[in-house]
Amino acid sequence: MDIFGIPHQAFLGQLLLGLVNGAFYAMLSLGLAVIFGLLGIVNFAHGALYMLGAFAAWILFDQFGLNYWYALVLAPLIVGAIGVAIERLFLKHLYKLDPLYGLLLTFGLALILEGVFRELYGVSGQNYNVPEQLSGATDLGFMILPNYRAWVVLVSLVVCLGTWYLIERTRLGAYLRAGTENAPLVQTFGINVPLMVMLTYGAGAGLAGLAGVLAAPIIQVSPLMGSNLIIVVFAVVVIGGMGSILGSVLTGLGLGLIEGMTRVFYPEASSIVVFVIMVLVLMVRPAGLFGKEN
Amino acid sequence: MTHAKTLTRITYLVLLALLLTAPMLGLYPVFVMKLLCFALFACAFNLLLGFTGLLSFGHAAFFGSAAYVTGWFVKSQGWTPEMAIVAGGVSAGLIGLVVGLVAIRRQGIYFAMITLAIAQMIYFVCLQASFTGGEDGLQGVPRGDLFGLISLQSDTTLYYFVATVFVLSFLAIGRVVNSPFGQVLKMIRENEPRAVSLGYQVDRYKLVAFVLSAALAGVAGSLKTIVMGFATLTDVHWSMSGEVILMTLLGGVGTFFGPVFGSGIVISLQNLLADKVGSWVTVIIGVIFVLCVLTFRKGVVGELQAFRERRRRAAL
Repeated sequence: MDIFGIPHQAFLGQLLLGLVNGAFYAMLSLGLAVIFGLLGIVNFAHGALYMLGAFAAWILFDQFGLNYWYALVLAPLIVGAIGVAIERLFLKHLYKLDPLYGLLLTFGLALILEGVFRELYGVSGQNYNVPEQLSGATDLGFMILPNYRAWVVLVSLVVCLGTWYLIERTRLGAYLRAGTENAPLVQTFGINVPLMVMLTYGAGAGLAGLAGVLAAPIIQVSPLMGSNLIIVVFAVVVIGGMGSILGSVLTGLGLGLIEGMTRVFYPEASSIVVFVIMVLVLMVRPAGLFGKEN
Repeated sequence: MTHAKTLTRITYLVLLALLLTAPMLGLYPVFVMKLLCFALFACAFNLLLGFTGLLSFGHAAFFGSAAYVTGWFVKSQGWTPEMAIVAGGVSAGLIGLVVGLVAIRRQGIYFAMITLAIAQMIYFVCLQASFTGGEDGLQGVPRGDLFGLISLQSDTTLYYFVATVFVLSFLAIGRVVNSPFGQVLKMIRENEPRAVSLGYQVDRYKLVAFVLSAALAGVAGSLKTIVMGFATLTDVHWSMSGEVILMTLLGGVGTFFGPVFGSGIVISLQNLLADKVGSWVTVIIGVIFVLCVLTFRKGVVGELQAFRERRRRAAL
C-alpha cells in the first residue's frame, strides 16, 4: 500500500518521528511559556537545561550505575535544582528591567553550560541505551511501532496534560495565574510570590530536564543538542503565541508532524519548514495562533 | 563649544591618528583589519539596538550572507573587490527588507525571537545551497585589485582601504543618528505610542532603520571576506549574532564609540585566548555576558559617560 507514492511504512515511520519531535517541542515550549508568564523572561538557557537533563541521565548511568528509571526521576530533580540556583543567583536581579536583559543573561548562561560540557565531553555524542523494558517494537498490523518512541509520546502527553491540569484546575495554579496577571497584588494577599517565582523556574527547568532524559536514548547525548533545538522551539512559541498552555502543546505536536511529513515529501526543506510556517503565521496573525493581541 | 564636546573631539582625533598609524606602530595589520570589520558590524547593529531600541538576534544572517555573496562574486565571477562589497551590502539590505517586513510585526522579546528564527532559516539555506560550498564554505577568496587598478595583495594597501571604508561608514552612521530621521528613531525607542500619536508611521521608520543596519552589517561581512579570504558557516551561525550583541553591550548600547570598543575587547580576547584555553573561550564569553547584564548594563563607554555626567553635576 502506498500513500502518495510513498511506501506507507516509510510514511508512517516519518510521521511517528515527527510526532516524537513534536512531543519535545511541546514540552519545551510549555516550559518556556510558563516561565515567561510569571517571570517575564524568555529562557534562552532552556536548550542547555534540556542538554543537562540528557547528560544527567548519562552520567548517572556511567558513574553511578543508576538505570533509566532512576534517571527519569532524578535527572529532572537535579536540573530543577540547578534552575532554582540560577533563579536565586541571577534572574532575581532582573525582574525590574527590560525583559530583553533576561534573554541576554540566559543566553550567556547557555554559552557557559554548553562550553563547559564541550570541554569535558567533546562535541561527539555519547550513546545511551534504550531501557530493556521498552526496547523492541510492536507490530500493529499496519506498521511496526518502536516501543520507546511510543513511550516518549505517551509520557510527554501525560506531562503536558498534567501541567495543564495543575495550572488551570488547582488552587496552586490559580495563584500562579494570578501572579502572572498582577504579582504585587497577589503578594498583598499573603502569598509568597518570590518563592512561587523561584519554584516556577525550577519546575520549568525540571520539565526541560525531563525532556532531555526522554531524548537521551533516541539521539546522541551531546553538548550541542540543546542550542539547535531551542531556536526551533522559539519559532514554535512565536507560531503558537504564549497565551495558552493547550495551544502551545497543540502547536508543538502539529509542527512536529508537519516537519515529519516534509521529510517524506521534500527532505531538503525539513530543517526550515517550521521557520517558513512562522513567517506565514506572522503575516496572517501576528499574535500567533493562540495568542492574544495586547 | 562646551568642555565635553572638546573632549570628545580630541578623543576622536587621537583615535583617527591611531587608526592611520597602526601599521607603523607594529600592530599586526590583519588583526586590526579583522577588528575594524567587527567594529563596523557592531556599529551597524547598534544603529538598530542603541538608536532604535530593536534587539535583533539574527544579525549574523546579514553579515554572513553578504560574506558569501562577496566571496562568490570575487571568486567565481572575477568581480573587483569594491563591486563585490557593494553587491554584498545590497543583498544584505534586500534580505533585511524581507526579514524586517516580517519581524516588525511584533515587538520586544518576540522581535528578538523572530529575527533569531529567520536567521536560523538563512543558516540552513547557506548550509544547503550550491554556491556556498556547504560545510567547507568559500575558501581562498582572492583579494583582487581595487577598481581593477590597485592590487590589495599587500597588507598595508588593504589596511588603508578597510580603514577608509570603516571611517566612511562610521561617519554615515553618525550622520543618520543625528539627522531628523535619527531623532524620530530615538523617539520610537523612548516612547513608541507617543510617536504613533504624533502621526509618525512608526513601522516605516523601523523598517528603514532595519534595512540600513542590515546593509551596513553586510558591508562589514563583505570586508571580512576580502580581508580573511574566506566565508564560512561560522559567519551565519547564531553564535555570531550573539557575539555582536555582546560587543555592543560590553562597549555601551546607544553610544557612538561603545561598539568599536566592545568589539576591540572581544576580538582581542578571542585572539589572545584561542591558543591557550581552546573552547573555554565560549565559557569566558558567556561569563562576560552574564557579568555585563548583571553589573554594568551601560557598557564601558556608557559607564564612563555616566561617570563624567555625575562629576559635572557635582561640580555645578
